[in-house]
Amino acid sequence: MATVTPAPPSTVPRSQPPGPASSRLARVRRSLLRPKTLIVAGVAAVIGYLALVPLYYLLYGTFFDADGFTLGAFGRVYSADGIGTLIGNSLWFAFGSALLSLVVGTTLAYLNVRTDVPFKPLFFAASMIPLIIPGILYTIAWIFLASPDIGLLNAFLEPLVGPAFFDIFTIWGMIWVEGLHLSPIVFLLMVAAFRSMDPSLEESALMSGASRWTTFRKITAPLVRPAIVASILVMTVRSLESFEVPALLGLQNGIYVFTSQIYFTLRSYPPDLAGAGALALGLLAIAVVGVILSNRVGKDSKNFQTVTGKGFRPRPIDLGRFRPVAGVLIILYFVATVVAPLAVLIYTSLLRFYVAPSAEAFRTMTLDNYRALAELSQAGTALKNSLILGIGSATLVMLFMSVAAWIVVRSKIPGRGLVDHAAFVPLVIPGLVLGLGISFVYLRSPIPIYGTLFILLIAYCTRYMPYGMRYAITSMHQISAELEESAHVSGASWWQTFRRVLLPLLSPGLIAGFIYILTVSFRELSSSILLYSPGNEVLSILIFEQFENGSFTVLAALGVVMVLTLVVLVTVAYKVGAKVGLRQD
Amino acid sequence: MLTIDNLVKTFEADKKTRSQAKSAKANGEALEQTRVFAVDDVSFEVQQGEMFTLLGPSGCGKTTTLRSIAGLEKPDSGRISVGDRVMFHAGDGTSTVNMPANERGLGMVFQSYAIWPHMSVFDNVGFPLQVRKRSQRPGKAEIAERVNRVLEVMELGHLATRQATKLSGGQQQRLALARAIVTQPPLLLLDEPLSNLDAKLRESLRFELKRLQRELGITSIYVTHDQVEALALSSHIAVMRQGKVVQLGKPREIYTNPRSRFVAEFIGTSNFINGRVAGHDGDCVTVDTTEGRLRVRSAVALPVGSEAIVSIRPEAVEISLTGSGGTEPNEWTGEVVNRAFLGDSVDHVVKVGKAEVRNRSNPNVSIEPGTTVYLRMNPDQLSLVPVD
Repeated sequence: MATVTPAPPSTVPRSQPPGPASSRLARVRRSLLRPKTLIVAGVAAVIGYLALVPLYYLLYGTFFDADGFTLGAFGRVYSADGIGTLIGNSLWFAFGSALLSLVVGTTLAYLNVRTDVPFKPLFFAASMIPLIIPGILYTIAWIFLASPDIGLLNAFLEPLVGPAFFDIFTIWGMIWVEGLHLSPIVFLLMVAAFRSMDPSLEESALMSGASRWTTFRKITAPLVRPAIVASILVMTVRSLESFEVPALLGLQNGIYVFTSQIYFTLRSYPPDLAGAGALALGLLAIAVVGVILSNRVGKDSKNFQTVTGKGFRPRPIDLGRFRPVAGVLIILYFVATVVAPLAVLIYTSLLRFYVAPSAEAFRTMTLDNYRALAELSQAGTALKNSLILGIGSATLVMLFMSVAAWIVVRSKIPGRGLVDHAAFVPLVIPGLVLGLGISFVYLRSPIPIYGTLFILLIAYCTRYMPYGMRYAITSMHQISAELEESAHVSGASWWQTFRRVLLPLLSPGLIAGFIYILTVSFRELSSSILLYSPGNEVLSILIFEQFENGSFTVLAALGVVMVLTLVVLVTVAYKVGAKVGLRQD
Repeated sequence: MLTIDNLVKTFEADKKTRSQAKSAKANGEALEQTRVFAVDDVSFEVQQGEMFTLLGPSGCGKTTTLRSIAGLEKPDSGRISVGDRVMFHAGDGTSTVNMPANERGLGMVFQSYAIWPHMSVFDNVGFPLQVRKRSQRPGKAEIAERVNRVLEVMELGHLATRQATKLSGGQQQRLALARAIVTQPPLLLLDEPLSNLDAKLRESLRFELKRLQRELGITSIYVTHDQVEALALSSHIAVMRQGKVVQLGKPREIYTNPRSRFVAEFIGTSNFINGRVAGHDGDCVTVDTTEGRLRVRSAVALPVGSEAIVSIRPEAVEISLTGSGGTEPNEWTGEVVNRAFLGDSVDHVVKVGKAEVRNRSNPNVSIEPGTTVYLRMNPDQLSLVPVD
């Protein structure tokens, strides 16, 4: 605003404007040209565009054909044979995975927070896994472990229980892999819930004469019930939206769920776009119901605040003779979620062709797969594309969301609530549905980005906007309004205040968000699979292609490279974050 | 210097009050209650070089008034001007003037100090100079010189390169002050700047603040709810209540001549005796109370027969074991019911008839509860306030 407004503060009073009408016009024009107005309006417009346009086109593409409005696609899809099985499979898979992840995650969280269980450091290593091992690699690792033909576990157990004891290509296998992959997220949610609970609530129950088990049943469980219900809803929605597991495990035996059916519909020839849209809308509807329910639970849970605010260090419960049992369970869990998948990937990446481990296999181990990878031009391109997209979308999202968070938290601009809601819309949209929506937009729009990296960038920015918003809003809330006001009173314009005071203070939160988006964008598959075109594959797509080609050993090498890249990126980002963040000590 | 005319600021009432007002409207009742008056028609003037204090309990509108002067709140109507510059003017048909906070060129110290934690001490103080428009921005060397000069005055010179968060509470307070005065603003706004400090530090910084303000001659507006602070620092005090200025005057005037029961109660402690005006006698008023007749020297002219309250400061009550035999005016007899040793003084609570009167004496006086005593009250030290 410094460029337009006249009259430096310390000189004569402002000259009176010529007349009320013209001065109002001049004022409106002046305020419209301020950088603040331009930036704020621009950010709000971009958020609205990203969040709402794909949905609009999805609806349009599903309900309108050349002749106008039609319910044809809906009728066709939802009266087809096997639609009942499809919905049944989807719900079974989703609830089953959610339940498994809940049981595993909650047990581990309780053991970790409230008991003297051994091997506590392992918990946090295990909880980083969904960030470090992408879903597609995790699924493939489990195929290596438990497929009826080539599964290592089956090979090990054959002398004991006969051939093909485990079959990962069943709905149970799908639930196992998805549930296990989701369990660290439940673990983190429940650790937070148990930590925020005042242990004196439990202690007073014990003092009243209740046994440990009664205390858990009557006090602990009811107090964390909101967190449990919220977790199960969130995990159900996430499993519904999951694409990797149903596509890699389910398609083998024709077990279809919504996501794999949408993918299948688009892959068949001719692709039934409107039919896929109708399925996508069905999936979206279920996801929306789940998210609304979990929000309602979240709201209710505020009624019994368990946080007391004072620092406390709960006395861990003595497990007694169950301590070794719990220890063995922890080790088993760690092996199942971390060691086995990573080990099998590394092992496979060193083989010429996939065989069960034997002296022969270890003797003929080679680095040929990595050499092949280096010569595979696609691999370099995919790594580059993944880096460009990850860094690009993380940077863009965090910059835009820092302004958006200011609009929502600090400004008094009318309609700021809409910006907030719009930024959270993509959270409800399954990745595959979003990919479909975006492809509908740019197939029809004159903007020539279909089949380029840009369309993927748009998809990633849209998908990760809600996460960026959450990080930015949280850190904005932590900055006292007075820090901003004092800059303003000191004479700084809006932009100077934003750049010199807010951005540096927000930076720890923005960097945390950046790291998160960077890592999750690396594992992104479900949107990319509908939007990529040959030549601009990303790492996860390339792995998917290699899987379809059956070149497992190269794929494993690629997976190892991908995991290492992620480890390096996360480490570097944390180091940088610690440097530019607030110096605290 | 600073002139404020008829300042009004309202806030939207909360949801409950709003829905109540809505139903009231449906019933055809008055609909004024949808907005809450934070500042209700406030006017005052501050002279060059003054330390002007806005004093009142929380929620009285003092901070809103200060933030309106700073430009951080937009009032509904009224006029704010500093010198001959109009900062805000709205509400009487002319086009609205509302200068943004960053163009007003004022200095402000926030309650939390609002020290930017990512900058050094030097950068915090230099910021107001660095963000000036290019045409008015001093050169790098001049900025450094001016910042260092202010830091010297504040005795922070040796800490210039230190990270701002590594200062003690008192140092942070001085840093916030240094930042506020580095541009030599015409007006300095202070929003409860001492409330975050412990009692000892607060006392020493209070005198420090007064010395600096005098030496630098900066016109200041000081907001506080602490009456001791206000009395010690100010050249003028405006006591606020429910968005209105209820009394404005010099500290001594306000303490000795509170014009309402609220002011007498809020500033210091007071005994309140209800009575009825019996007659005037020169500049003295005679008041009949249930406990006896009191003579009060008062500028407030209440008509004979009207109800009134006599406000008696505890230190204006003299306690004695012997009576004067009726030669002194305003002498009451009573029984000591309670005694408290406060270190630098002793309080006695004396029951006179149905009323209890608190006395404050020097710590050498100590009378057993149960003793009959004589209380003498100098008419010059009593004040008459109207019934609310």
